Amino acid sequence: MAYPTEYRYTKEHEWVNVAGNVATVGITDYAQHELGDVVFVESPKVGSSVTAGKTFGTVESVKAVSEIYAPASGEVVEANPELQSNPEKINTDPHGAAWLVKIKLSNPSELAGLMDAAEYEAYVAEKQKEASA
Amino acid sequence: MRYLPKSPTERQEMLESIGAASAEELFSSIPERYRLTEPLKLPGPLSEAEIIQYFKERAAENSSGYASFLGAGVYNHLRSVITDVVIQRGEFLTSYTPYQAEITQGTLQAIFEFQTLMCQLTGQEVANASMYDGSTATTEAVLMAERLTGRRRVLVARSLHPEYRDVLRTYGRNCGSLLEELPYAKDGTLDVAALTRSLRGDVAAVVVQSPNFFGVIEETAELARLVKNSGALLVVAITEGVSLGLVKPPAEADIVAMEGQSFGLAPSYGGPFVGVIASRDKFVRQLPGRLAGETTDTEGRRGFVLTLATREQHIRREKATSNICTNQALCALAATVHLTLLGKEGLREMAQQNLSKAAFALGELEKIPAVRRAFAGPFFNEFTVELPRSVKLVNAQLLEEKIIGPFVLGTAYPELTKHALVCVTETTTRAQIEKLAVALRRILERPL
Amino acid sequence: MTTKINKATRHTSQNEGLIFEKSSPGKRAFELPPLDVPIVDANALLGAHHRHDGVEHFPEVSEIEVLRHFTRLSTWNYAIDLGMYPLGSCTMKYNPRVNEFVARLEGLATEHPYQPQELSQGCLKVLRLLERCLLEITGMDAITLQPAAGAQGELTGLLLIRAYLEKQGNARKKVLIPDSAHGTNPATAVIAGYEVENIKSESHGQIDVDKLRDLVTENVAALMITNPSTLGIFEQRIPEIAEILHAKGALLYMDGANMNALTGITRPGDFGVDVMHLNLHKTFSTPHGGGGPGTGPVAMKKFLEPFRPVPVLVEKEGGRLALDSNRADSIGRVKAFVGNFGLLVRALAYILAYGPGVRQATEDAVINANYIRKNLEGVFDLPYELPSMHEVVFSDAIQKKNGVNTMDIAKRLIDYGFHPYTTAFPLIVPGALMIEPTESESKEECDLFIEAMRAIAQEAAENPALVKSAPHTTRVRRLDEVGAARKPILRWKPTDKPEGRLHHAHKTPHPEPTPTV
Repeated sequence: MAYPTEYRYTKEHEWVNVAGNVATVGITDYAQHELGDVVFVESPKVGSSVTAGKTFGTVESVKAVSEIYAPASGEVVEANPELQSNPEKINTDPHGAAWLVKIKLSNPSELAGLMDAAEYEAYVAEKQKEASA
Repeated sequence: MRYLPKSPTERQEMLESIGAASAEELFSSIPERYRLTEPLKLPGPLSEAEIIQYFKERAAENSSGYASFLGAGVYNHLRSVITDVVIQRGEFLTSYTPYQAEITQGTLQAIFEFQTLMCQLTGQEVANASMYDGSTATTEAVLMAERLTGRRRVLVARSLHPEYRDVLRTYGRNCGSLLEELPYAKDGTLDVAALTRSLRGDVAAVVVQSPNFFGVIEETAELARLVKNSGALLVVAITEGVSLGLVKPPAEADIVAMEGQSFGLAPSYGGPFVGVIASRDKFVRQLPGRLAGETTDTEGRRGFVLTLATREQHIRREKATSNICTNQALCALAATVHLTLLGKEGLREMAQQNLSKAAFALGELEKIPAVRRAFAGPFFNEFTVELPRSVKLVNAQLLEEKIIGPFVLGTAYPELTKHALVCVTETTTRAQIEKLAVALRRILERPL
Repeated sequence: MTTKINKATRHTSQNEGLIFEKSSPGKRAFELPPLDVPIVDANALLGAHHRHDGVEHFPEVSEIEVLRHFTRLSTWNYAIDLGMYPLGSCTMKYNPRVNEFVARLEGLATEHPYQPQELSQGCLKVLRLLERCLLEITGMDAITLQPAAGAQGELTGLLLIRAYLEKQGNARKKVLIPDSAHGTNPATAVIAGYEVENIKSESHGQIDVDKLRDLVTENVAALMITNPSTLGIFEQRIPEIAEILHAKGALLYMDGANMNALTGITRPGDFGVDVMHLNLHKTFSTPHGGGGPGTGPVAMKKFLEPFRPVPVLVEKEGGRLALDSNRADSIGRVKAFVGNFGLLVRALAYILAYGPGVRQATEDAVINANYIRKNLEGVFDLPYELPSMHEVVFSDAIQKKNGVNTMDIAKRLIDYGFHPYTTAFPLIVPGALMIEPTESESKEECDLFIEAMRAIAQEAAENPALVKSAPHTTRVRRLDEVGAARKPILRWKPTDKPEGRLHHAHKTPHPEPTPTV
């Protein structure tokens, strides 16, 4: 699956799509693939605040729990309600319909260090090489 | 040795195959100065007959031949021989946790049935595969409420079993729970005025037992309404599950923690028993312990698996909902078989007999002029009476009549040294009750 | 299938629905003796608003149906009584039946925990003798029999440490735990109010002593160590580890899960351990019962003794035994009543059967593990080569090349008539196969196991699909765990259809290896 060029990516395998001062956050195709069949998503409450680099939710498969880290600080303005009843969406459409939360950014400059699609693809390729070594 | 299936020759053959000159050599990785050179100083070896003899001798040094009026969290009820026949089947007895679902469907389906029975009994929507016992189930219920509410203050009825409160304190001290006790009212139920005063927006849970430690049935539905308004969760503990044959379950509670000993388990000097934790569907992710769930196999057949395991310690390690690893599977199985045998009618009738005998016992004791019913609240199979003197002294005299007297409430409640908690179940005969009444009257007629 | 399987043959097993599906109003399986006092009006006594008329949808069946139902269910289980159950770290040994018999004796099973202690001397003597035996076996000074299971034993042990350090003025912050540890260790440390710091094992799977030396500060309360480790290897530098901890005032906690490798050979109390728990359901043969009940006594050095949970067993004048709950420094109660007495009886019966001869059981357990290791080495990858004690840990590295993982091999082992070994644990071995035969297996049973494992290795090389789709001979095939977790069905409802709430498989499940201990 191609990584959308308009998104930015974290080392923890989240994608971020910024529109104005609101960032939409999801997990990447690589992350969903590593995790396997997603069975549960724990999202933060709307109105709660998140801090860059701190965890704000989890995505679970049958045997593993993956923490989600906030790519930037701000206030959660929306959490994807669809994921509560259909967590498997993360496996089928990780970069689109299965977005996790929308965050109103309090400090957009925190996003400066994130990777673009090409850099992230290279980063993932490196990871895959490590795993098969 | 009869448990070891190897001849000396076979041992030798195996050692040769390994390439070791002796068994001692296999322990060479243990530093030599720490290896024992002498046999352990242990009694034995004993043959099967000698083992039975030893334990029969110990059994004879206990309470055989006495009538007992003790309950207080451990109850003597009828048990069918069928229960023991089932749980002694090697396929249940000598099987492990059902992680390999294809060859443990028996245990898994039995757990699913246990979970269903516990939901039906408690009026809740989800129950786990069991906990250690009622005391730890209550503690886990409180920790669960703290996680769900993000609060730390916990209001605990003083009429909760004193040992359950002890366990709560042991865990709470280290987990950061702030425990406060709520007094009981004149009729033996929770003091609602005190609850209202203490119930602020920072309370995680209110914990009550029903029937409570004094035997009194609490108004759990009313308490639930009160508690709900504050955003706290109501935890109802139950030590005498047989009451649920007649008494409405605390369906309004947020979490129910129950001791299941009354369902086919022997008193066994305090364990092993079986703890139950049940709650609402929406709280399932914070429920501790194992859960069995229904699913299908690759060919579409119904089957069962352990599920939602990401809550547990073997996956989440330090972030798990609890450090609990085992459940009390075999005890839960005993409870499942016992309750299935009893069925709807059997449990109702057993409860009706308990209530009838307790009412009869209270009536007999109240005929003694100096004996007074202490609390006016409704009771099931235990009630509290006040005597004109220390229960401890009275019990010592009852022993001479081959009667183990009622529980001495003064051991846990300094203000109640003259109060006795009398328990009567379907196993207590009318003759035993009458004997207690006669003996008590005689003792109380004697000067101190 | 063309493979010849020597240990097992398929046979018919009975189908059986849920007990609720057999229910029909008016059937009974239990009758009470007639009531010998006047029946009361429950409405009047309880208050109408408290009363209900029996539990809705509770089963109504006959005695023969109950017995058949559970007997049929039982035949769907594998059990030690059927054959080798080599689950590593679980010590699935023979559960002697005399233990079950004595635990049910009138005068033991019938006793109430609150009955007068002068009428409980028999129970208390059982506890006393068991305490003495376990102290002799562990080389410790004091013990509590109260904890309900291994995990609660761990908690009790850490609370003892905490209470002791607090008394010294500082409870400290951290507990160190090796990466090879069982998941309960970190979970327990958190409940005891400690932060967890993981220590990576060195290349031989042992504790990295140099790293440990760096990590142990005045902030560390204890190290929790499993010895032998979950790799089945004795921690050879354990006396040195104890010294490093003690020099900084920290304590050494030992998880006694693997005591079956040490009993009668060496004693933790002698090699520097301050406090440890025992799993009576592992080393001391109390039945696993499908996942409990367990029991986790905690043995300790003298300086921790004042902090033991109440009640404490004490000896009064004239040898009379008593339970004492009045102990100022106690950590409090960890569960109600004295402990899982019925299981303590069974454990004592086990010890009495062996006496000092228990050393032979340990030797046989270690012989079996090494025999299997020797005969499967090369066929399966052995990631750590230090000598094995009571269990051996292989990895699926060789079979992985053909896409076959430890879980697949485990599932195929079922077709060969064995319970699988422990899969995917310890976590430091990717694709672990953790095999613990125990002393209860004969040479013949070990040979059959080796033969089966070799056959599966060959299948994995020649016909991986056969292994990957195993088991082929069980009542149900691989189950859909993903579907079970996405839409949990955790109880039966009256509206359910007899074939269950799900009608078709969600998809073909491919279970990933998961720690099964």
